[in-house]
Amino acid sequence: MDFKGFDQPGGPGSGGTRSVKVMIAGGFGTGKTTMVRSVSDIKPLTTEETLTQASAADDHLIGVADKTETTVSLDFGKISLNESLMLYLFGTPGQERFWFLWNGLFKGALGAIVLVDTRRLASSFRAIEEMERQNVPFVVALNVFPDSKDYPVEEIRDALDIPANIPVVACDARDRASSRDVLVALIRHLKDRSAVALESR
Amino acid sequence: MSAPRRSTNPSGLERYYVLTKGRSGPGGSASSLDVATLIVSRTTPVPGMQHEHEEILRRCRDPLSVAELGAHLGLPFNILAVLLTDLLEAGRVEARDPIPAHSAGRGPDLALLEEVLSGLQRL
Repeated sequence: MDFKGFDQPGGPGSGGTRSVKVMIAGGFGTGKTTMVRSVSDIKPLTTEETLTQASAADDHLIGVADKTETTVSLDFGKISLNESLMLYLFGTPGQERFWFLWNGLFKGALGAIVLVDTRRLASSFRAIEEMERQNVPFVVALNVFPDSKDYPVEEIRDALDIPANIPVVACDARDRASSRDVLVALIRHLKDRSAVALESR
Repeated sequence: MSAPRRSTNPSGLERYYVLTKGRSGPGGSASSLDVATLIVSRTTPVPGMQHEHEEILRRCRDPLSVAELGAHLGLPFNILAVLLTDLLEAGRVEARDPIPAHSAGRGPDLALLEEVLSGLQRL
């Protein structure tokens, strides 16, 4: 059955509950799990997927011996937006090469937050490229670590080659309100994009 | 068939093989399952049911995401997806995919974004 995009008629019990998801991407050690933890209503959990690195087109019998299995973990949290709408937040695995192995990881997401450690800009290059390649709407959040230099946002935008229409915000991933504000920036960005899309129809 | 309800050595790949009766990938209706898909029970457990199926029905009286279910049951996504396919095909659970910002052919869902925004602003 396909309920995509439809409000549920109030069924028995909590029949009408729906979900949305937001991905938190970024290089290794940029604070993805920290952000999930700070903003989640529940104690963050981990879910796993066993990925088989073999081409789907391989002949089953021939392919078997060559398969390598990797377990990839996703840390996630949940925010109850209202009685019937849940926001799930997923921290992506640190190694970006797993993102395309996990089929549909970004599919169905409202959008993504790409976390950047300003002391190691290059660690999030790949994440930004992947968002662009997979056509996932995103905002960039500069996770301000205590010993980070105070870079002007525009300087970092230039260094990371982020287009002018994509918001770049500073945050402290350890802080709930600050992480919430990044989510708000993402949703506002999605609304702006929608408005542009509606105008051009 | 009188298979034991639980494997005597329920660890790792062997356990998963037993749980899924050797089936590996989600196919059919489960191929669209997402980590944020909500699962809701439509029936109560019946006697003789596989333990894990029973457990899923019990935990999903209130809607629970596939990711939460996997974390609580200690099962990886692909194994859980096989078990959920059984229940979906038997009509014992209902699956609701996460709502995307854009539904195909319907354009951007501004009402949804507003709802998310006001929920976040109340935090």
